[in-house]
This record gives sequence, C-alpha cells and structure tokens, in this order.
Amino acid sequence: MTLFFQFTFYLFGLIAVASSALFITRKNPVAAALWLVNVMISLAAMYIMLGAQFVGIVQVIIYAGAIMVVFLFVVMLLNLGRADGVGDLSGIGWRLAAGLAGLMMLAPLMMVARPGSRLLGSLLPVRPDYGAVPPPGANVITPVAEVFFRNQLLAFEASSILLLAAVVGAVVLAKRSDR
Amino acid sequence: MIPEALFFSAVLFTIGVVGVLTRRNVLIVFMSVELMLNAVNLSLVSFSALYGVTGQVLAILVMTVAAAEAAVGLAIIIAVFRHFQTADLANVNILKG
Repeated sequence: MTLFFQFTFYLFGLIAVASSALFITRKNPVAAALWLVNVMISLAAMYIMLGAQFVGIVQVIIYAGAIMVVFLFVVMLLNLGRADGVGDLSGIGWRLAAGLAGLMMLAPLMMVARPGSRLLGSLLPVRPDYGAVPPPGANVITPVAEVFFRNQLLAFEASSILLLAAVVGAVVLAKRSDR
Repeated sequence: MIPEALFFSAVLFTIGVVGVLTRRNVLIVFMSVELMLNAVNLSLVSFSALYGVTGQVLAILVMTVAAAEAAVGLAIIIAVFRHFQTADLANVNILKG
C-alpha cells in the first residue's frame, strides 16, 4: 500500500464529506442533487480502491446515473428548481437539536471506527489475501457472481420481485386519480 | 485504510441524519436518506475488503433496495405534492397533535 494510494483514498474521503456537507446546506434542490452526485462518484472511487471494482462501477451507473436523474426529473416535474419558497432550514432550536443528535450518534461510531481501534481487529479472522492488488487483466466480477448466484440466490430472486412490486407501486401511486 | 473508510462512513451517515432532521424540503430529506444508504454501503464494502466478497453482494442488494425505494418514494412525493400543493414538510402536518 503505497503512500500515494493512501493519500488518494483520504482525498476522495474528504471530497465525499465536504460535498455532503455542502449538499445538506444548499437551498436549491438542483444544486443539492449535483453535490450528492459528487459524493456518490467519490464513493465509487473509494469502492474501487478498496478492491470492489464491480460495486464501484455499479455505483456510478445506478446511483449517480439512474437514481439521481430520477430525482432531478421529479424536481423538474414539480417545478421546484428555484431556491426561494420551500427549501428553507428549520428553526434554530430544531437545528441545534439536530446537530446535538448528530454528535451523539457520531461519538459511538467513532469509538468503533477510529483508526487503530482494537475492537475492530478482534471481530473475525482477516482474509489472508487482504490488500492484494489484482493483476492487470484479472477477472474481478467472477468472485462476486460466485457468491451472488450460489450463496445469495434467494436474495437475488427476492430483489427481482421487489423491483417488480416497486415499479407497479410507483405507477399506481403517481397516477392521476381525478379522471 | 479500513478504519479510515469506516470513519468516513460514520461521518457521512451522521451528515445524512442531520440533513433529514434539519431540512424541510421533502426532496432534500429524501436525498439525505439516499446519502445514509451510501454511507452504509461504504461500511459494507470496506468490511468486504477484510472478510470476503459477501459484503459487496450485500452492497449491490442495498443499491437494488435503494432504487426501488426511490421509485416508490418519488411517486409518493408526487402524490403528496398534488394533494397539498407544496413540497415543504412544515405544511404537511395533518398528523400533528
């Protein structure tokens, strides 16, 4: 693990955190959605650097591509693209309470996830080939498919039914009922 | 590198929670939920670097659920907007005691 590799990883993490902070503070929904796209693309880079190349590509295609386009489409459909009107923050007391709740939630997560935490290393035996970079031309999708279509086949089939139900439900919910 | 990834995941999840609690625009609240799902995905992928590929499969399943949730949730948002003529959650308060 070279120093440049680690530096790039931290850089993408900082870009993701900064973009998400900008995302929740933008008034304009379109600007917020574009900052969220920035977060998702940084996360895709982090996935690829963690050795999950397929998940990184799927993140770009599905999240940054499909889901965020649907969000922007709804912004256009409801004509919410202007910053005035809705999109304001809540009151100052509510904001302080939310910040406090966020800090209270962050503290235990930090206790577990802080660098050098012994709790983390004592969970399970670590995979022996951890940190090994696949050689150029190595097939990185086959191991994912092996697990997906053997061990997790039921979850795969259930997700297809879930998607069908979601499509039907979305059409029924968004249909005009006054005709 | 894995603890740092979990650190970033915790920070992103917390930012998502704060976004849900502070914003009043229903679309931005919904996008904050997507941000929380992404933070959990980062945890799953970083654990998969330690313990095997199943975490990546779980991350892909989370993305599937997120896509289904976005479809249904945005349809609900459109229906709510048609009914109340607003996307401001402060005006959608029929259930408020």
